[in-house]
Amino acid sequence: MPDTSKTPFLSRTWDYITETQIWRSIFRHGMPANNRNRVLVVMSNVFLHLHPVKIRKSGIRLKFTWCMGGLTFFLFLVETFTGLLLMFYYRPTVAYAYMDIIDLAEQVPLGIMREIHRWGAHAMVITVWLHMFRVFMTGSYKPPREFNWNVGVILLVLTLLLSFTGYLLPWDQLAIWAITVGSNMARATPVLGHEGPGSQLLALGDVKMVHAGSDARFALLGGRFVGEGALLRFYVLHCVGIPLVAGILMAVHFWRVRKDGGISGPL
Amino acid sequence: MADEKDAAAGATPPGGAKPGPPVGSPPMTPLEPATGATPAAQPYGRSNTIGPGVASATGARPAAGESAGVSRRSFMKWSLPVGWVAFSAACASSLVATARFLFPNVLFEPPQSFKAGFPGEYNVGEVDVRWKDAYGVWIVRNAEGFYALIAVCTHLGCSPNWLPAENKFKCPCHGSGFYMTGVNFEGPAPRPLERARIVLADDGQILVDKSVKFQSEKGEWTKSEAFLKV
Repeated sequence: MPDTSKTPFLSRTWDYITETQIWRSIFRHGMPANNRNRVLVVMSNVFLHLHPVKIRKSGIRLKFTWCMGGLTFFLFLVETFTGLLLMFYYRPTVAYAYMDIIDLAEQVPLGIMREIHRWGAHAMVITVWLHMFRVFMTGSYKPPREFNWNVGVILLVLTLLLSFTGYLLPWDQLAIWAITVGSNMARATPVLGHEGPGSQLLALGDVKMVHAGSDARFALLGGRFVGEGALLRFYVLHCVGIPLVAGILMAVHFWRVRKDGGISGPL
Repeated sequence: MADEKDAAAGATPPGGAKPGPPVGSPPMTPLEPATGATPAAQPYGRSNTIGPGVASATGARPAAGESAGVSRRSFMKWSLPVGWVAFSAACASSLVATARFLFPNVLFEPPQSFKAGFPGEYNVGEVDVRWKDAYGVWIVRNAEGFYALIAVCTHLGCSPNWLPAENKFKCPCHGSGFYMTGVNFEGPAPRPLERARIVLADDGQILVDKSVKFQSEKGEWTKSEAFLKV
């Protein structure tokens, strides 16, 4: 045993904690006080390992990145957390949906939870656009980062789809007609929409295979108009389907930032 | 398959693909000389037959009457393509079935066609809104007869309202206006409302079928079933 009488209590406690088997089983490296340990900290942590071990000094300047990618991810986490809480109260059926939204504001404790979710969604769309703008203006889409640019474009589309599907869930007049208008675009899908070009090609004699009851819009809505089926489908896509795909692509996105040489340098 | 024999397989006599002892049986004994396998039945001596090594006996059975087992090469030659084709077909059909899952067989929606009562129940010169909520159709009675307007705005698909005081259909979404005939005259709607098939049923009632639509800009309003003469 070392002579403990001269070392401060906190140091002794720290030493004791870091020498326990629990601590040593979780952290397999020393304090990140030198370059080797700093690398080990990043490499041996599943969350940190997505990030670069080192970044350029310019990369952490707010002026260069605007922190928009990080803010977008933060807002995604906010939306995930608040959305999970909202799911405890919201029932995606025609009979309950609208009143559950009213209750979330007027009867459930912390009635701003839904507002946080809604404003967070607006903010996320803004930050994801600004992130894209920054990446474009700094030329960060250029090789070797062109693949990650494309992953980012898909993530942008998924963000917009999250907004679109979430738009229907309050089930008020604005929601129903907005989704009616929006989903009518799917009628004009080439080949697969019943009003789209090429849909007449898929026919058996006089029997059209692509009609209002079998086209892309019908698959999206689960019916001929925005009704019960559409509400449930949009709910499932909003809460599970799209976040799942977006989460996987985000992991790819962050990991590629690292593999493509970290955050790009100033022009 | 003789070209594949290695030194160990050389101990196998001609026709060496003949089956060995069953799996799990005790080591080869002289009690079974008729099988042609040597007492030395080496675990590695059949590398060119199905069920190599210790499982050498699983691939061929004496009862099958085969004088020679199937070589691995010839087995792979047909089984690989067949296997991949079968696997691909299974994957493709699963994909199709999964896509089909998204299209329900039964819809809990109002039917596309419905009976709208007897012609005598309608007043001449009026737009009748009694079927709008349930079926999305207005039935208009003019001096000559009936036509059924589908209550879907031709701009972006909202439901317009009939405003009797202003004698027009008005869409709340973007302000498109339509005359009683269904012809657009204000707002962004690019074309008249669509009309549905309207005929007399056998029992004398009016039958409206939304699955058959008539568009003015295609000259279809003049078709016989777009207008019910009385």
